[in-house]
Amino acid sequence: MASWTIYLSFIGAALLLAVRPRDMRWVRGLALGTALAGLVLGLAAAARYPADPAAPLIVLARARWIPSLGIEYYLAADGISLTLVVLTGIASVAGVLFSWNVERRAAEYFALYLALIGGVYGVFLSFDWFLLFVFYEVAIVPKYFLIAIWGSTRREYGAMKLALYSLVGSALVLVGMLAAYGVSGGQTFNLIELARGGFSSGFQTWAFPVVFVGFAVLAGIWPLHTWAPTGHVAAPTAASMLLAGVVMKLGAYGALRVGMMLFPQGAMVWRPLFAGLGVIGILYGACVALVQRDFKFVIGYSSVSHMGFVLLGLMTLNATGVGGAVMQMFSHGIIAGLLFAVVGRMVYDRMHTRDLADLEGMALNRVLPFAGLTFAVACAASMGVPGFSGFISELLVVIGAWKAFPPLAVLAGVGIVAGAAYTLRVLQKSFFGDHPRAPVEEMGRGQGLTWPERAGAVLLMAATVVVGLYPSLLLDIIMPSLQASWMQAMLKGGQG
Amino acid sequence: MAGHELTWLTMAPLLGAAVVACLPRSQEARARPIGLSAAGIALAWALGLALRFQDLPGYQFVERLSWIPYLGVEYHLGVDGLGLAMALLTGFVMLLALMVSRTGLERPRLYYALFLLLEAGLMGTFTALNFFHWFLCWELSLIPAFFLIRLWGGPMRGSVSTGFFLYTLAGSVAMLLAFQVLFLATGTFDLPGLARLSQEGGVTARLSEYFGWPEGVSRRVLGWVGAGVFLGLAVKVPLMPLHGWLPGAYAEAPTAVTMVLTGVMSKMGLYGFLRIMGPIFADAMRGAWGMLMVLAVVTVVGSAAAAWAQKDLKRLLAYSSINHLGYCLLGIFAALQCGSESARQAALGGVILQMFNHGINAATLFGLVALVERRSGGLRDLDDFGGLRKAAPVFCGVMGMAVFASLGLPGLNGFPGEFLIFTGVFAAAPWAAVASVLGLLLTAVFLLGLMQRMFHGPLPGRWSGWTDLSPREWAMMIPSLGLMLVLGVYPQALLGIVNAAVVELAAVWAP
Repeated sequence: MASWTIYLSFIGAALLLAVRPRDMRWVRGLALGTALAGLVLGLAAAARYPADPAAPLIVLARARWIPSLGIEYYLAADGISLTLVVLTGIASVAGVLFSWNVERRAAEYFALYLALIGGVYGVFLSFDWFLLFVFYEVAIVPKYFLIAIWGSTRREYGAMKLALYSLVGSALVLVGMLAAYGVSGGQTFNLIELARGGFSSGFQTWAFPVVFVGFAVLAGIWPLHTWAPTGHVAAPTAASMLLAGVVMKLGAYGALRVGMMLFPQGAMVWRPLFAGLGVIGILYGACVALVQRDFKFVIGYSSVSHMGFVLLGLMTLNATGVGGAVMQMFSHGIIAGLLFAVVGRMVYDRMHTRDLADLEGMALNRVLPFAGLTFAVACAASMGVPGFSGFISELLVVIGAWKAFPPLAVLAGVGIVAGAAYTLRVLQKSFFGDHPRAPVEEMGRGQGLTWPERAGAVLLMAATVVVGLYPSLLLDIIMPSLQASWMQAMLKGGQG
Repeated sequence: MAGHELTWLTMAPLLGAAVVACLPRSQEARARPIGLSAAGIALAWALGLALRFQDLPGYQFVERLSWIPYLGVEYHLGVDGLGLAMALLTGFVMLLALMVSRTGLERPRLYYALFLLLEAGLMGTFTALNFFHWFLCWELSLIPAFFLIRLWGGPMRGSVSTGFFLYTLAGSVAMLLAFQVLFLATGTFDLPGLARLSQEGGVTARLSEYFGWPEGVSRRVLGWVGAGVFLGLAVKVPLMPLHGWLPGAYAEAPTAVTMVLTGVMSKMGLYGFLRIMGPIFADAMRGAWGMLMVLAVVTVVGSAAAAWAQKDLKRLLAYSSINHLGYCLLGIFAALQCGSESARQAALGGVILQMFNHGINAATLFGLVALVERRSGGLRDLDDFGGLRKAAPVFCGVMGMAVFASLGLPGLNGFPGEFLIFTGVFAAAPWAAVASVLGLLLTAVFLLGLMQRMFHGPLPGRWSGWTDLSPREWAMMIPSLGLMLVLGVYPQALLGIVNAAVVELAAVWAP
C-alpha cells in the first residue's frame, strides 16, 4: 500500500493540472486531501513494521522494466525508508496548510508541489538504483520552478544555484552508478543484490567518495552547502519547508542507502574526512547563523549545522550513530519545517520584512502570540532541549561518535552550545524585542493567524514532542532495519 | 493513584499549567486562583507523602516502567529522605512565590502557566532516578525560568536571561557528554545502578573493558568524565568562579522568580552533588580534593565580601545566597576526607538541613524584598531607605527575624545546618573551617548593615506614607516564620525524615 503514496501524489498533481479548478477551495482541498492520504498510508505502513523481524524488507512492487539492462521497477521499504516516508507525509500536509494563502497560479503551484512530493516518496521507496536515480531527478524539476516562479528574494539566482548544485551531484552519482553497474557484471541495478555481491576494495575506495559526495551535496555537506541558505531563502514558504525538511534528506538518504550500503570498505577508508566535514558543518553553520541579519538566513544556516549531525552520525558506522542520523533526519525535517513556517508564512507574509533589526522593534510576541509560542517551541526543539525530537537524535549521534571519534564528540558538544547561542539570539531579536516602535494594538490589527496556520503548526509541534518523549516509536522501526544482512557489512566497518 | 504517587506530584502542577494555559482571555482573572490551587495541591500532596514516608534506607514510592529500551532508559521514580525534603521545599517555596507575585500582572495566564511548568520540572528533578529522565526535567525547568525572566524581568532582562540560559546550558552539555561515555561503558542510565556499580569499583573496570584501556588510563578518563558532570552541577549551585550568571539573573528576575531561583533551583545543583556526583564520582572528587576545598572556601569568603560591597538589595541577597550554598559545597567536599563516620554524618546531615533551611530563608527574604518593592515603586537601593522601623515596626520585626535566621543565630533554623557542617569540616580540614569562619563574620556584618540602613536612622520624607504589613501579607509570612522557629529549636523535625538518607550517604562518602 505504501507505494500508493507515490502514485497518489502524481495523480493529484496531474488532476490539478488537467482540471485547473476555478474555485480555490477545490484546489486546496485536492492538495490537502492528497497530502493527507499520503501521510495516512505512510503511518499505516510504519505502524505495521516490522511484521517479521527476520524479513526487514517489505517488497511493495516488483516488475521488470528494461530487461535487457537488468533494470527493475522495484519498490520496497525498510524502517529507514518508512521513517522518511512518514516525515514526508507530515511535512507535505503542513506545507499545504502553510500554502493556503497562495493565490497566483495556485493550481500549478500545488501540482508542482505534489509532483515534488511524489518524487521524494519515490526516492525513499526505490530499491533499484536506476529507479531511485529517476525519482531523484524528477524531484529536481518542480523544485526549480517552485522557487523561480513563486519565490522571493533573488529567486532566479537561488533556483539556478540549487539546480546547478543538484545536477553536479547527480552527475557524480551517475558516474558512480554506471561504474558500479559495469564492474558488477552489468546484470542488475538492484541495490540489495549489488550490496550482497560486494565490490573490490580498490573499486570501493574511489567509488565511495564519488557517490557519497554526489548525494551529500543535497544534504548540505560543507563546503558544498552554499546552495542551501540561498535556496531556502529564495523559496516560497512551503517549498523552503520541503527543501530543508525533506529534500536535504534525499541527499542524506542516498548517501546512506547507496553510498554506504554498497561501498562499506570505501566508507571505512574515507570516514575520518567526512566525519570531520560533518563537524565543520555543525560549527560553521552555527557560527555563520550567529551573525546573520536576515531572519530566514539564520534558519537556513541552522539547517547546515543540523545536517552536520546527520553526516557525523552516518560516518560513525555503528548502529547507534547511524540510527541517530536517521532520527536526526526525521527530527530536523519537522523542526526546519516549523521554523520556516514561522519565518516565511507567519511573520514575513504579514510584516513584509525579515530584517532582524526591523523585527526587533515590533514586539512580535505581543502582536502574534501564537506565532511566538510556535517559534519558542521550535527554538527549544532546535536547540536540542530534552523532551523534543532533536535531543534524542543528537544524543544518539554523539554517543555513536564517542565510539568512533571521541574528539569529534566533544566538538559536537561545542556545536550544541553554539546552536543554543544563535537560536536564543534569533528568538530574542525576532519575537521578544522590548521597545515596540508603534503601539502593539495598532500593529496587531487584522493580523490574527488563520486556522490552516494553526493546524499546521500544531501538527509539527505534536510530531516533535511525541517523538521526543517516546522515541521508541521510531527507534523500534529504525534499529531492526540496521540488523539486515546488507546493512551489517557497513556497520562492521566494512569488514564483513 | 496508589503506586503512582510521585507521578502525580509532577502531574499536579503540569495539569494546572495546562488548565491555566487553556483559559480563554475573558477568564484571565482566574489564572491566579487556579495557579495557587494547583501549587497548593502539589504542596499538600508532598506533605501527604511525608506523612506516609518511613525513615528507612532505600527509595520509597518507587515506580519503574520501561521507556526507551534501546538506551536503557526507564521511567524510574523514587524518593529517599533527601528527595522528599526537596519536594517539600519545592512545594512550599512555589506556593509562597505565587502568593507574593504581583496581582494585575501583564499576561497572567502565561505567567502562572510557566510558573507551574517550572514546578513540574523541579518536582521531576527531585524524584527521577534515571539520568535521562532527570536530565529532561533539569533542562525543561530552564525554559520556563528563562521566559519568566525574559518577559517579566527588569530593564536588563534580555542579556541577563540569555547569559543565564547559555551558562547553564554549557554546563549541562558537559554533563551530558560525560554521561554518554558512562552509558557506553556501562550500558545504563540508571542512577542507583550506576552508584552501586561505582562503589564496587566497577565503572573503571567497565571503561577498561569497553575501550580496551589499561586501568590507569580508565581511572584518569573517569576523572575527566566526573569533571564534566561536576561542571554542569557547579554552574547551577554555583561554585565560584562559575557564578557569573547569577547576580544579574537574581537581580533582574521578577522577585517571585528570584525566590524560586535561589530557593529551589540552586538546590538542584546540590541535589545533583548528593545524588549523582558523590555516589558515582567520589574517588574522582577525592583526586582533586585540595582544589575543591579551596574553591569552596573562596566561594564562602569571596561571596560574603562581594555581598558587603553591594548597594542593591537583590544583588546583596544574591551574593549572600552564594555564600550560604558555599557552606553546603564545603560540607560535601569536606566529608570526602572525614575519617570518622560521625563527622561525615554531621557534615552531610548539615548539608541537607542547610539546603532546606536556606530554601526557606532565602525565599522569605526575597519575598520581603518583593513587598518592599511594592511599596517603593521598584526602588531597592539601600541608600534609598532609612528609618522604616518607625513607619513599619511589624515589617521590621519580620525582616529582622528572617535576617537573623539567615545569618545563623542559634535558636533559628540557619544555625543547626551550619553548625553541623562546621563540625564535619573541622574534622577533615581545620584550615578550611577557620578560613570559612571569616565568611560567617562578614555575613553578620553585611546583613546587620542591611537592617541598619533600611530600618534605622531618620525616616526620609518620601517614605512617610510607608505602610506596615497588611494582614494578608502577614498571613503569607507566618508559615515561613513558623518554620524558622520550629526548625531552629527542633531540627529533629526534618532530621527525622532524612536520617536514613544521611547514613547511606555517609557510607558512600567514606574514603
